[in-house]
Amino acid sequence: MPASLSRGGLVAVFVALAVICLPFADLATAGHDPWAELGRMARGFLSPDFTAVEQIGWAVALTVAFAVAGVALGGLAGLALAPFYRLRPVSWLAIALRSVHELFWALLLLQVFGISVWSGLLAIALPYAGIFAKVLSEILDEADPRPSRWLGVRVDPLTRFLWARAPLARPQMVSYALYRLECGLRSSAVLGFVGLPTLGYQLDSFFKLGNYGAAGAVMAIYILLIATVRQWMRPRLALAWLAAAVGVLTQVSSPPMGQGAFWRFLTQDIVPAPLRAGDPAALWPWLQDLVTGSILPGLGATLVVAQLALILAGALAFVGQALIVPRISGRIGAWLGHLVLVLLRSFPEYMLAYLFLQVFGPSMLPAILALGLHNGAIIGHLLGRQARTLTLRPDAPRGLTLWGWEFVPRLFGSFIALCLYRWEIIIRESAILGLLGVATLGFYLDDAIVALRMDRAVVILVATALVTIAIDALSRGIRARIGAGELQRRDALPGRVARQAGPS
Amino acid sequence: MQLLDGVDLGYDGAPVLRDLRLTIIPGQRVALLGRSGSGKSTLLTALRDALLQRDMRVALVPQDHALVPQLSALRNVLMGRLDDHGALRNLRTLIRPSRADRNAGLHDLDRVGLTDQADRAVETLSGGQQQRVALARAFHRGGDVIVGDEPLSAVDPRQALALADQIHHAFPTAILALHDVAIARAFATRIIGLKDGAVLFDLPADQLDPARTEALYAR
Repeated sequence: MPASLSRGGLVAVFVALAVICLPFADLATAGHDPWAELGRMARGFLSPDFTAVEQIGWAVALTVAFAVAGVALGGLAGLALAPFYRLRPVSWLAIALRSVHELFWALLLLQVFGISVWSGLLAIALPYAGIFAKVLSEILDEADPRPSRWLGVRVDPLTRFLWARAPLARPQMVSYALYRLECGLRSSAVLGFVGLPTLGYQLDSFFKLGNYGAAGAVMAIYILLIATVRQWMRPRLALAWLAAAVGVLTQVSSPPMGQGAFWRFLTQDIVPAPLRAGDPAALWPWLQDLVTGSILPGLGATLVVAQLALILAGALAFVGQALIVPRISGRIGAWLGHLVLVLLRSFPEYMLAYLFLQVFGPSMLPAILALGLHNGAIIGHLLGRQARTLTLRPDAPRGLTLWGWEFVPRLFGSFIALCLYRWEIIIRESAILGLLGVATLGFYLDDAIVALRMDRAVVILVATALVTIAIDALSRGIRARIGAGELQRRDALPGRVARQAGPS
Repeated sequence: MQLLDGVDLGYDGAPVLRDLRLTIIPGQRVALLGRSGSGKSTLLTALRDALLQRDMRVALVPQDHALVPQLSALRNVLMGRLDDHGALRNLRTLIRPSRADRNAGLHDLDRVGLTDQADRAVETLSGGQQQRVALARAFHRGGDVIVGDEPLSAVDPRQALALADQIHHAFPTAILALHDVAIARAFATRIIGLKDGAVLFDLPADQLDPARTEALYAR
């Protein structure tokens, strides 16, 4: 990669890649009449049917309980790892944990624990522990070092951490944990699609019954839940919520798994079939078959979906950033733009893709639309927020002229940085959407799991994780080269240590 | 004791003070005077390091206080003795200080007149109150010598004199950078004037005359 890249050139390369991907994308809506289906869904959503409220209420309770308990467990584990994040084994463990998506964790855990509380809890807690470890270690590093320096060198590490590190980082840690809880609510709802008893499960079963009214009620409640999270989740109530969550989760009865399922999983199920059969020579052909038959086609489809979704997200964000600024679109326009972006980003990609799948039938289209709209809404929201803090000269124009002459050039760097940052997330998610039947990596993974070939599933999972890590590194490299750098603000702290120069 | 012997002091390799020699006799109360940027803070940091290398117990009052804003004033004061105890004892103190610790901490807050603010988070206190908490933390730490970087800059002159008197009684030896010449004369036994990266004068406090002061602060 050259040492520096021009931003315009970068956009051209990404668009060109998307054009090359286009012939390989399966966008057919064959045999489906999307408009009739859309009409039935719209009618359902506009007249939500709350008669199944008891069922839905319990699903809401479980969704919140899995989210709260899972985020708490992951947060505690991440907090325990964060001070040691500089050690190689710890950071590698954290990377491995977070490069596997929570739905994939759920699929694996379901094999070990069955449909039980632990499957849902760990599916959230394990990847979140990896994310928390990284972010909390960064927050701790950025905390004011002066009180710790005051303590001198004789103080033991635990005391230093508890007295002079953790309290200083607490406000940022609490606000990050709240943000993670919002993500956890989305994850927890989506876990329902693989069989755990949360809102996704309810939604799926109502759709299968064609009960659009009840599905509409689920969606309405879900949006309300996400939108009000900052009202009902207060840091000082966190312990009470956690206790309630544990209380709810203990009410879940789960079918018993055979004794030693975990041990069997580790020692038999995930051992490659040739090794299990005592034929190590067949390992290479087995792996080759797996790579050419599943991983490469899955990876190809994942990249095609992600590339097209990225361009769609970029286009939406490019326009959307303008829609929510009153000076451009008027007060009512900004309010409407806001509403659309909030709706699009509070739905998890997976749920959006599920809805689009009902409308357009199975192809890459639902996945591309869901990823593009959701991520575009997030980028557009963040850009719009930045746009409102820009200082404009008093005689600055309004409307489209303002957008074109001020916001687009001034926010272009942030726009590229945010798109690159979401790129990695889009790739992870397009692998996941394979579970819905699009032929991305998740499709092949699900295939292997359904066929109870866990050995193949684990290899595909590792390949997926490696792709995620590679794209993350690539995106970081490009961000550094276009000078967009880190998204977080890192102020240098005043009062640095004076250094003694010369002999002392 | 010879604390510095011909050293250059500075930030990032750019020396602020050159070829410095300094001996401090236990029992002395030293005031450093000089315009901002004259190298007082740099000199104090070097003196503190030199004292620590001689295994002296040093109580530091940094210019920026270095308090933990989220913790209460009392806990910030109790931080003064954390390195005397083990991790478990300190954890216990963080959760709930023992009665003896609490009383000792309150006594030191009383010296700076802040007993009634003991349980308020430091971030809710005013700048002057925060400075007094930092001073109370130094009192709680105690030791052979106090090293303070403008520890009285945010309190009013009358209070400053009273606090200087407290410092005088609490520590046998003191090295303070001060911004107020009157307080320096009232408090110190020895006054060092710094200007443009060099020692302009180093005198017993009663020999400081107005001409010297004027030269020190002149541009």
